[in-house]
Formats: sequence, structure tokens, C-alpha cells
Amino acid sequence: MLNVGKIEEGFVLDHIKAGKSLSLYDHLGLDKLDCTVAIIKNARSNKMGKKDILKVECDINMLDLDVLAYIDHNITVNVIKDGEIVDKKDLVLPRQIKDVIHCHNPRCITSIEQELPHIFYLADPAKEVYRCKYCEEKYTERSKNKK
Amino acid sequence: MRHLMSPLDFTTQELDRLFDLAGDIEHNLQKYAHACDGKILATCFYEPSTRTRLSFESAMTRLGGRVIGFSDAGSSSASKGESVSDTIRVISCYADICAMRHPKEGAPMVAMEHSLIPVINAGDGGHQHPTQTLTDLLTIRSLGGSLGGFTIGLCGDLKFGRTVHSLIHALVRYEDIRFLFISPEELRVPDYITEMLKSKNIPYEEVTSLEDVMPRLDMLYMTRVQKERFFNEEDYIRLKDFYILDMAKMELARPDMLVLHPLPRVNEISVEVDNDPRAAYFRQAQYGVYVRMALILTLLELT
Repeated sequence: MLNVGKIEEGFVLDHIKAGKSLSLYDHLGLDKLDCTVAIIKNARSNKMGKKDILKVECDINMLDLDVLAYIDHNITVNVIKDGEIVDKKDLVLPRQIKDVIHCHNPRCITSIEQELPHIFYLADPAKEVYRCKYCEEKYTERSKNKK
Repeated sequence: MRHLMSPLDFTTQELDRLFDLAGDIEHNLQKYAHACDGKILATCFYEPSTRTRLSFESAMTRLGGRVIGFSDAGSSSASKGESVSDTIRVISCYADICAMRHPKEGAPMVAMEHSLIPVINAGDGGHQHPTQTLTDLLTIRSLGGSLGGFTIGLCGDLKFGRTVHSLIHALVRYEDIRFLFISPEELRVPDYITEMLKSKNIPYEEVTSLEDVMPRLDMLYMTRVQKERFFNEEDYIRLKDFYILDMAKMELARPDMLVLHPLPRVNEISVEVDNDPRAAYFRQAQYGVYVRMALILTLLELT
């Protein structure tokens, strides 16, 4: 079994759905950070069978928890200091997300004005429905998969 | 500073005040003839619309104000590639209030975010047309007596018809309203609307026969099947003549039922119905001017 060492300061994202760590890496903009990142794919998990884990050596404030919560609010966020877990963050669905997903409605103003931010608001927390702030089109799994 | 993007931007109490003001305007038109002296309304219409634009222009002119603007994107700087946000920043320097129509959904909201003056959404694609909804509500209140306690039939294109969607959302805030949705299968109200009605325990039925439900209606809201909402010409041709309201159908209706229509009509209401006292659609257009006058005064804080 592959072993990845402990990190001294940063955060560990655990219980990521298997295979989703790379898209999280993109969404969180980790490619832009000059820090150590370990991507562990298909790790064994008693709870999930298989899971992904991301270990990142940087300040927790550099992490956009809203983006993370939108993608999967079941992910466990462990904050690490001096090699120990000092905090666990609960993820709640963000009320608004900006430039994480894009509106695919061809009638939306965002389809012609490229500089506009793509802002979605949480329309139905129970069903996890997000709607475009401008045209109110529902963001569907079908368009989610296009991303 | 307030704007109007959706009919739900105003509470029902605020709408009551707006409609009271519109009622006073209706009966004392002369009293408001100089209410907007020195004020300028900019009508920024990125797609053609005779009725709504003229209704706004009439409203501002009757208030003593002036109107500037453009009536299609080709004659505006949009044809040179200017963004809505830049356009409204400039318009804010020229006018005191702006009414914007745009084929793209959400464009007036973009304008609102960058504007220094109140912005009124005068229709954005298939999304919202709040001043039409205010017109419908004022007509129902003025001619029907109150906003509540009636059965309303909505007939025609209930899938793409933005006026219908807005009206339903506005009406559910009032007590004891029952909806009858009359449409062909292909043009039924979207699921999110029926889900919303279910969640609020508001009674509704979906039917295809207009004749069958005519005797039950206190109000009938007819709509046009709009060619511009279809990507496929064949579908449009197949569905456009599905419902035509004529005197034979009117015979089935109650003597005090009201017929409303956002206009323009094509052939979905026979001209023979126009002389029936229950035909309220031309009076509805008149209420459209009064409600826009009240809205301009309210947003300019001149009340």
C-alpha cells in the first residue's frame, strides 16, 4: 500500500468521492498555489469502499470552503497544525457561488457578455437546486457534467 | 434607490399602495399632469416592442416628463458591441429613470447593478415582464373588485408565456385563488410552477378543453402562441390555432366573467368578442398606462 507522509500545517480533505479529487484540485485553484499537494486516488475506505484524499500544505484561509461545499458537502475538512488535526470544518451548501459553474441557457445575458460573472444562488436547499442569478435557469446535473 | 426587476420585488402592501395611486391617477389624470416636470425617462429597447414602449412613453408624457431612447438594438451602441453595463452607466448621465427591454434574460438586472438611476425591466426574453404583471393585477383589482377569491383560467401557451408565469407567481400571494391551466400537452406550465403550487397547497387543474371549463371561470386570461419562442417552425404552425375564443365559447361563460389578454392578439380571440362587455383586454391596456405612471412616480420617489 502506498504511504503519503503527514503534513505539518495545512488541511486534509477526506472522504472525497473516488475519482473526484482532480476536479476538486481544479475548482479550488490549487494549481495556482505554490505549495505541496498530495492527490491520493482510490484509497481504501471502510465507509465508502474507495475514496480520494487531498493533502495540501498551506493556510486554511486560502481554501474556498463554499466551492468545496457546493461540489460535495460530505467531504471532511481537517485543519492541521504542528502535524495534528486541530479543527474539523463543517460544510454547508453556500447561498451563492460565483464562477464555479456556468449558465448554459443560450437566452441568458451571460451567453453574450463574456465579462459577466456566473453567479448562482441556492434556490432550494432541500433539493440542492441552484439557479442562475440573471436568468433563474436551474443548473442541472446534465449541464454539470458538461463542466 | 429602488428598481423593478420582478413583480415580486414589491410586497403585497407596496403593491396595494401602487394600485391605490394608479386608481387615483385614473380618476384624476389632470392632477398628475406636471408631476414629472423636468424628468427624463430613457426607453432602452434592444428588441422591437410597440405596445410596451409606447405605454411607457405615454405614461411619462402624461406625467409631464420627457422621453429619450432607442427602439431596437441596431440603432443603439449595442450594434457596436457595447455592453449593457457600459450603456446604462452612460444612460444614467442622461436620464432620471430607465425602462429596458432586452432579448437576453437577466440583461436589465445587469443594468441595475451598474445604474445610478432606477431601472425598470420592460421584458427580458422569456424571463420576466413585471410591468405586464402589474397591469394584469391592477386590471383584476379594478374590474374584478379584489385580488383574491376567484377562479382564473390561463389559456394558450403556458410553457413559454412569461406573462403567465409572472402572473401566477404574483397571484399566489393572495388568498383563495384557484387556477385552471388550459393548454395543449406540449405547452403546459413548467414543472417548477406546479411544484410551487403543490407546496403551497394552492388548487390547480391542467386541462386541454377550454369549453369544458368556461362555466367555472371568473376570469379567463388568454395568451398568444409566440412564434419567436419556438426553434421549430413546424411546432409553431401546429399549435398556434389550438384555441380560439369566439362567441360560441363565450355563451358558456358566466355573465360577469372577464376576458384578459396581454396583447397583441393574433387570432386567438375572434374580433366578434371585442364588443362583449366581458372583453376587458383593451381596458387592460389603458390600466397599463396608469400602473406605469404610478410606478414611475414611486421609483422617482415623487409620491
